[in-house]
Amino acid sequence: MNVRVQLPRTAKHGEVIEVRIAIQHPMETGFRYDQMGKPISKNVINSLVCRYNGVEIFRAEMGSGISANPFLQFYTMADASGALEFFWGDDAGDQGSERALITVAG
Amino acid sequence: MSGFARPALCVFPAGVHLRLFAVPLLLAFALAAFAAEPQRPFPSRSGSDFTSADIRALQADDFANPGMLWITRGEKLWQEPAGDSRLSCASCHGDAKSSMRGVATRYPLIDPATARLINLEGRILQCRERRQQATALTYESDDLLALTALVAMQSRGMPVGVTIDWQNRRNFEAGRAMYSRRVGQMNLACAHCHEANWGKRVGAEIISQGHGNAYPLYRLEWQTLGSLQRRFRSCLSGVRAEMLPYGAPDYHDLELYLAWRANGLPVETPGVRR
Repeated sequence: MNVRVQLPRTAKHGEVIEVRIAIQHPMETGFRYDQMGKPISKNVINSLVCRYNGVEIFRAEMGSGISANPFLQFYTMADASGALEFFWGDDAGDQGSERALITVAG
Repeated sequence: MSGFARPALCVFPAGVHLRLFAVPLLLAFALAAFAAEPQRPFPSRSGSDFTSADIRALQADDFANPGMLWITRGEKLWQEPAGDSRLSCASCHGDAKSSMRGVATRYPLIDPATARLINLEGRILQCRERRQQATALTYESDDLLALTALVAMQSRGMPVGVTIDWQNRRNFEAGRAMYSRRVGQMNLACAHCHEANWGKRVGAEIISQGHGNAYPLYRLEWQTLGSLQRRFRSCLSGVRAEMLPYGAPDYHDLELYLAWRANGLPVETPGVRR
């Protein structure tokens, strides 16, 4: 799965940073029918977790009301250098992950 | 009451009479001649001018813009070897940022090898088939959209600049004719909305001038990136006309006419529209 993550590369200790993630995904609602009239089964990214140096800092549970290619943005406090890791999975069983590094000074 | 004032014209000698009639007549001829020439909407305004502020903000934000997901994909594909040749786009073209700069502003153009009009998608397909010897990509596949968007984005901010000359004149005229030909059960031509009524509302939407300078673009209605030809097809479906297949020569002609019409407008790829 195609993904984009954005966070500042460096931050001061205690600074509030903005984290953004966009994932390419159809987020199929399960309410649609294909051209032969067969229902298209629901397939959305149902959960997304972000861990900061192993500690869970953000969790999202999404349903059919979220548009395709979901874009999430949240804030966290930069307290140590390390990695933010994202893990997510959809109804079809596909898993994805991505990590981004941050250097915290001071 | 002393009666009516005499019409002022009557006091002029006959010669002045004639001249007074002749001026509007000449003007009418001049206008008729002008109308026969192809026209651009004035002032030219990009489709983003007709969208709401939140959509313009979405397009302007290089991270939040959902079209950027395809750009990321395109950047990966650019480096990936494909087909029997094991060549990637980068093997020949190097860094897309420099080699593809300004390329999209010149398309569609006449391909020297086949002497036929070719659009950006067509050029990528051709390169893939002949140089990379790879399996063909289909129109509207994520891969083709990603590569097209990547190439087109390198011209972002540069003005569309196609020239009409003896080589592409016939295509241009065909595209122009298609633009003003009534089609479908609604019996409408492109020009009815995008030439005569731009800026007015149809339902909740404001009719744009119908420029192609932001394609491939992300339409919220489609929930995906789409090519200009997909837009043609959805317009044709909207007026209940027969949709031509992707890659039809008629679409290329229309693309050329639209590019000429949009000359001078900045490329916005990847655009965002409703």
